[in-house]
Amino acid sequence: MKIGVITFPGTLDDVDAARAARAVEAEAVPLWHADDDLRGVDAVVVPGGFSYGDYLRAGAIARFAPIMQSVVDAARRGMPVLGICNGFQILCEAGLLPGVMLRNVGLHFVCKDQWLRVENTETAWTTRFEPGAEILIPIKNIDGRYTASAETVRELEAEGRVVFRYVEGNPNGSINDIAGICSPDGRVVGLMPHPEHAIDALTGPSDDGLGVFYSVLDATRSLVTA
Amino acid sequence: MTEIDTVDKAATDPDRPQPYAELGLKDDEYARIREILGRRPTEAELAMYSVMWSEHCSYKSSKVHWRHWKENTTPEMQAKLLAGIGENAGVVDIGDGWAVTFKVESHNHPSYVEPYQGAATGVGGIVRDILAMGARPLAVMDPLRFGAADHPDTKRVLPGVVAGIGGYGNCLGLPNIGGEVVFDPSYQGNPLVNAMCIGAMRVEDLQLAKASGVGNKVILFGARTGLDGIGGVSVLASESFSDDEDVASRKKLPSVQVGDPFTEKVLIECCMELFAQRLVVGIQDLGGAGLSCATSELASAGEGGMHIELDKVPLRAKGMTPAEVLSSESQERMCAIVRPEDVDAFMRVCQKWDVLATVIGEVTDTGRLVITWHGETVVDVPPRTVAHEGPEYHRPIARPADQDELQADDPAKLPRPSTPEELRETLLRLISSPNLASKEWVTSQYDRYVRGNTVLAQPSDSGMIRIDEETGRGVAASTDCNGRYVKLDPYVGTQLALAEAYRNVATTGATPLAVTNCLNFGSPEDPGVMWQFEQAVKGLAEGCRELGIPVTGGNVSFYNQTGSTAILPTPVVGVLGVIDDVRRRIPTGIGAEPGETLILLGETSDEFGGSEWAHVVHGHLGGRPPQVDLAREKLLAEILVAGSRDGMLSAAHDLSEGGLAQALVEAALIGQTGARIILDEDQDPFVQLFSESAGRVLVAVPRTEELRFTEMCTARGLPWRRIGVVDPESNALEIQDVATFPLDELRQAWEGTLPALFD
Repeated sequence: MKIGVITFPGTLDDVDAARAARAVEAEAVPLWHADDDLRGVDAVVVPGGFSYGDYLRAGAIARFAPIMQSVVDAARRGMPVLGICNGFQILCEAGLLPGVMLRNVGLHFVCKDQWLRVENTETAWTTRFEPGAEILIPIKNIDGRYTASAETVRELEAEGRVVFRYVEGNPNGSINDIAGICSPDGRVVGLMPHPEHAIDALTGPSDDGLGVFYSVLDATRSLVTA
Repeated sequence: MTEIDTVDKAATDPDRPQPYAELGLKDDEYARIREILGRRPTEAELAMYSVMWSEHCSYKSSKVHWRHWKENTTPEMQAKLLAGIGENAGVVDIGDGWAVTFKVESHNHPSYVEPYQGAATGVGGIVRDILAMGARPLAVMDPLRFGAADHPDTKRVLPGVVAGIGGYGNCLGLPNIGGEVVFDPSYQGNPLVNAMCIGAMRVEDLQLAKASGVGNKVILFGARTGLDGIGGVSVLASESFSDDEDVASRKKLPSVQVGDPFTEKVLIECCMELFAQRLVVGIQDLGGAGLSCATSELASAGEGGMHIELDKVPLRAKGMTPAEVLSSESQERMCAIVRPEDVDAFMRVCQKWDVLATVIGEVTDTGRLVITWHGETVVDVPPRTVAHEGPEYHRPIARPADQDELQADDPAKLPRPSTPEELRETLLRLISSPNLASKEWVTSQYDRYVRGNTVLAQPSDSGMIRIDEETGRGVAASTDCNGRYVKLDPYVGTQLALAEAYRNVATTGATPLAVTNCLNFGSPEDPGVMWQFEQAVKGLAEGCRELGIPVTGGNVSFYNQTGSTAILPTPVVGVLGVIDDVRRRIPTGIGAEPGETLILLGETSDEFGGSEWAHVVHGHLGGRPPQVDLAREKLLAEILVAGSRDGMLSAAHDLSEGGLAQALVEAALIGQTGARIILDEDQDPFVQLFSESAGRVLVAVPRTEELRFTEMCTARGLPWRRIGVVDPESNALEIQDVATFPLDELRQAWEGTLPALFD
């Protein structure tokens, strides 16, 4: 099982995502933004950070990187892709997920431990959770307020594509308390909080984030046997 | 096009009037430059000398006091030091082949003029210092001082500074793991923005800033050079602000540099790869004084000669003069010395990271730093005279006339709360006062998780990061200073700062190893300030010798005053400690184990001089600061480290400002667990709750370890007293015969203050 972790200039949480992959005994494979080779990986994580400084708009430049074209193609064929924070913004910009992230309502960068409810346990990245499970995961961003057209939001809700929802307080003003969503086939998931920072109670608020990475092991295994 | 002043012209035109005074040079300093060169300096040379001989770069007022460090460092203390004072940052051997480097620097003046950029570039600068040692920067922390919390200008400065630190540090991908936020009216026109960075490397990867190897190339890499921050150090950091704020701010605005954290993040990764491929012989960051500093310091520390073709420097502004290129403080630039055969490989790494890199010169054996501009020589100087042989002043020193009066103004005369209701009100008032209230509003704007090695961060007593994922080896760090204590007695006050930082590190289970500092004072031209400074340096140096940990380096920031009023003397002391396995860290919050006994280590006396109680309730500053007993601090630290190693402690929290009451409230709120406290019948409850006696730590001990732990304390002669038990059922802090405080009430009081002030 190989999980690819993309590094753009300005990516920050690639070391964390790779560590999380190793924690579930997957092989973490570094992927470089300027290559278009996915190096035989079974799943891809687009980690957080400030790719290209986020100067134009978060994720807006990264979507044009050669590696992203390969990721988009692979995702269309069903490869599990996880976008975390800036990675979520990049997946939205790349058209794999709908919506955009606006500046947090408080206008500040917010770093805190956040409770989330897992609303959909059938995506490639959430099968190991119990339906309705509440998990404690760090959130840290300044542009984290998820927004989409009323129609898109209705569609996401109706199709059960809201994967994670903020509970015990909405940290950034996201519409419908949405913390993470998925593609119609449930293979591509994006979320603002950071499951890769919650893999060990020593360095995070919990190890609840491991469930995300264990889930994808199942998702790719079933793909192989199918 | 403006005419370029060259060495040839200087010879033919020796008496041209030069604007040395405007550049901050005194008459005798200018005369000395003429003497060194045997002619008048060129415009570019004058720019170089003026920035390098500024207070900020040359330490001309403080240098003579550095002998205290040397005189108080024993060979045993020196043994752990891989690099010390004089390098970009001190480096300590922490064992298992790991070296850790750490340093604090001030960015006070720019942060008042332009809070966001001033604070942001402060982070950027200290991170490059760490990078220049060959280390990967791992974490930052920021000791901050602001004016009164409710002053309108604090609402401008604080949010800007915090956003700047977060905006830069978060984008750079470095966890922010600690620091301080202190309010006092003396910082009103002169906030202190100090920034600390910690980095680590394998011992063999240590890099030094010297230009060795004749024929080696000098490569400038990173951002382009622009007009920002020209004269920043001489203008901003080396003169007091005028009382006429309007005039002063407008005039100085363009001197503040603008930071680009994205470029710096890429620069870090690029440097890591250059170091790993061993493509660098020497390296220096560009900070204050820009290329003037980097070229003269590299040359001065190396073979002594260097030739720079200044017109090769990539610029981002048109028509810059050589003097401007030399003094620009554009951020995110580094200067490396590279063997000619490695230049291609060096360039390939830079291309991979899209980092602009340019060969601008080479190392020579001429003993001169020669800088040319389109073929004409604009600088020809002995580099040591610029970098290391600047002026040195023996400033007059005099104990302030009112010092005796200040110390005689004993807080014993102040009315004290005595009834349970008065004590209850005092506790709530103190925990919600700006200095003691939760700093969550600030620290939640900093990323503490990135890179996944943060074991402890604010509000823990010290920040702790894992260095080695295999073994769990890590370091802890804390910065501390109570300027009020230092004002009352600079020698003792500085030792109290050292004692607290040292204690904070030990409280988390780490063994204190080394010290850095950032000495923030008023004008060195004021004999009273110089007396404070001398006492502080002496106190710190002698304190370090008693504790057996070396000073590895530091930073001095003078001229922190508005008009003739200086800030509280603020020698911020940073202590770094090592822990074999971060899994043995001691957390701050109580309640981790079911059934814990609360024990107070150390002794409590009636000590309220400079206390938070006197400040908040009476607006009083006078008397003597708490006594300091460094032998006791050492014993206390040994007990805490032993308690961590043998798993005898489930929580620990240092007692400092606000005393036992503050420590109990924080330990309960952070642990989200109640407790029942029984005070000593033989001592005034007010003194027990609010005195700020040093050398005390509150510990939580699991019942099963209680006997073993207390026997160890008794055997080693450390006073201890059982003061209560953790009570997970109650959700309240009950102080018997005083009051019962529901945790919700405490939380509201403690957490509500900063949001109410700054949201």
